[in-house]
Amino acid sequence: MFDGYTSSELMSIFAMQGFAGLSLFSVFVLMALGLAIIFGQMGVINMAHGEFMILGAYTTYLTSGFFQSYLPGLFGGYFFIAMILAFLVCAAFGALVEWLIIRRLYHRPLDTLLATWGLSLIMQQAYRSIFGAREVGVDLPEWMMGAFSVTDMVELPINGLFVMIIALSIAVGLYLLMYRSGYGKKVRAVVQNRPMAEAVGINSAGIDRATFALGCGIAGVAGAAFTMIGSTGPSSGQAYIVDTFLIVVFGGAQSLIGTIVSAFGISQAQSTMEFFLSGSMAKVLTLLVVVGILMIRPEGLMALKVRR
Amino acid sequence: MGTIDIIASERPFEKKLKFRKSLMALAASVMLVSSVQAATPSTAEVNTTGLAVTDDTVTVGILHSITGTMSISEIGSVQAEKLAIEQINASGGVLGRQIDFVQEDGASDWPTFAEKSRKLLRQDNVAAIFGAWTSASRKAILPVIEQYNGMLYYPTFYEGLEQSPNVVYTGQEATQQILASLDWVAREKGAKTFYLLGSDYIWPRTSNKIARKHIDKLGLKVVGEEYYPLGHTQFNTVINKIKLRKPDVIFASVVGGSNVAFYKQMKAAGVDFTDEKPLLLTISVTEDEIRGIGGENVEGIYASMKYFQSLDNPNNKAFVAAFKEAYGDDMVIGDVTQAAYLGPWLWKAAVEKAGSFDVDKIREEFAGIEFDKAPEGYVRIHENHHLWSKTRIGQAQLDGQYKVVFETEELMEPDPFPEGYQ
Repeated sequence: MFDGYTSSELMSIFAMQGFAGLSLFSVFVLMALGLAIIFGQMGVINMAHGEFMILGAYTTYLTSGFFQSYLPGLFGGYFFIAMILAFLVCAAFGALVEWLIIRRLYHRPLDTLLATWGLSLIMQQAYRSIFGAREVGVDLPEWMMGAFSVTDMVELPINGLFVMIIALSIAVGLYLLMYRSGYGKKVRAVVQNRPMAEAVGINSAGIDRATFALGCGIAGVAGAAFTMIGSTGPSSGQAYIVDTFLIVVFGGAQSLIGTIVSAFGISQAQSTMEFFLSGSMAKVLTLLVVVGILMIRPEGLMALKVRR
Repeated sequence: MGTIDIIASERPFEKKLKFRKSLMALAASVMLVSSVQAATPSTAEVNTTGLAVTDDTVTVGILHSITGTMSISEIGSVQAEKLAIEQINASGGVLGRQIDFVQEDGASDWPTFAEKSRKLLRQDNVAAIFGAWTSASRKAILPVIEQYNGMLYYPTFYEGLEQSPNVVYTGQEATQQILASLDWVAREKGAKTFYLLGSDYIWPRTSNKIARKHIDKLGLKVVGEEYYPLGHTQFNTVINKIKLRKPDVIFASVVGGSNVAFYKQMKAAGVDFTDEKPLLLTISVTEDEIRGIGGENVEGIYASMKYFQSLDNPNNKAFVAAFKEAYGDDMVIGDVTQAAYLGPWLWKAAVEKAGSFDVDKIREEFAGIEFDKAPEGYVRIHENHHLWSKTRIGQAQLDGQYKVVFETEELMEPDPFPEGYQ
């Protein structure tokens, strides 16, 4: 397939393809981190994860509308405000959901699946009633559109770079929070042994609520970021949910590092195969590999070693 | 007098119809003056199969998804069908009867479509069903509508390879949409190489099969053909492949949320469609879709359809004005919405030509039924139950509307079973 191309053309394509792989990686990381916290750390199967992302996307849409009408001069920077708002809105709603529904179901993981699936349907229909069934278009400031030309041939999408930076910052922030802060220590203690953690005076109910809210908030930021590359409609969240679970389960549910490693592996496999095969075939092969590896390592790539 | 609205033409084989309609118009005026119902044909006469027809009403069904993932697309069709029904009622109804409708929700779920169509036919005894959108939902309704001998008016452009005695297809089948537009890019834009890209299901695959065959026939070359799963949102890799192959034309049939992702990522990868390097020709992006994608991301692409909201003719101006008045100024109207609007009007024309609501009698009359108040212009039903209609090419503008750059001079003949494509 490479006949008749100059070596500089090929180099450029491979450079861009490498970037495409990395940008898919950061999209996956962004999708999966919120779920990894909720599923991995709390054992709650949150089927409404995609809908929380779309809540963030709609928040961005509303913010963009607000800036266009009232603060057109500051439109160039609205996206940062939108991401913060998306985090706050989703985290607040997440805390509410935890208080109303999830906390009653901690010992029944399969019921959380049903309850959050129901919640996802309710949220989708609510979006449909509030924002209409059609997808909404989120306007981006001029500087976020288009590509950044490195050479004549190599053009890197600005929004791809932007998603990468957000994914990186959130991953680093989360690492610091989980492994370098008192809160993180408590979360990990609750994950490893809930009764013991409670016995030493950790308020596990409070930790649960904060963790669920944090996961939802990160989903919201991801949703805000994805308005740049995807659609914002009542059922757009469904497009992300399968990939997200795949990454979290493949990485080993309780390991954040595992999530990142698995996002990297899947994204590289996917984008490389897509380049040489067709889109649907690449997906099929990726799934086959994942199934194969999970048969050998049912705990996922990076299983946390705990006594059971 | 609304009953004569649809027969302003002077085509010879229409004369008899026109005469009969004039009589009816006359009768209707008499009725208005004397307020006696005797002028409308008796119910026993126009309804011998137990449909929901009374002396002053007739009931039809509307069956689309108003919840679930397809509601994005289908709500426009519901709005158009209701508008047509309202307008027909305002102009005197059908055979002197006002149209009532029962609306059911297919909920984007194909078995639900089958179940609801059975309910409409068996329980509500509707005289016609306007509905379905995806091919999957049509295929689900098909056995039911054939079993109970109902009549479905189906609005979406689709892959062809079907012709049921119980369905009227008011959208284009694939050859009508594709052949003329490929000829156009080859002739006007000097295109030599094509990259076919679509979502992975029957309509894009069949459409691309037809396109590939036609491209071969023109002596041109396909340099890539790719399908992505429905809902796929990451297109960076295929964009790189397209950049590597440098086709003259990308022929795109990506649908749904994937559409939004694809065009946003094309734009982000530095592709400016107004340069036409490559030129993008799509059969799946109507004005409706552009609302979600954003005009700035598709500016310059070409779409091949039979209808664009910007069509400059008196029928369309009246239609757009009425649609906006009914549903708000910010409404946009895509190809399928217009095709859905045709359904009730064509049904009315057929009923009046047959002088009966009986499905079997209507079916006899389909071939040659004309409607020249269609927003897309004059259309006629072919004996294969599809419509003769023009193919048009529009170029997307920043404001989300299409500017029509080409239309075929003649109506394109519908050919749902093109030779060698099955």
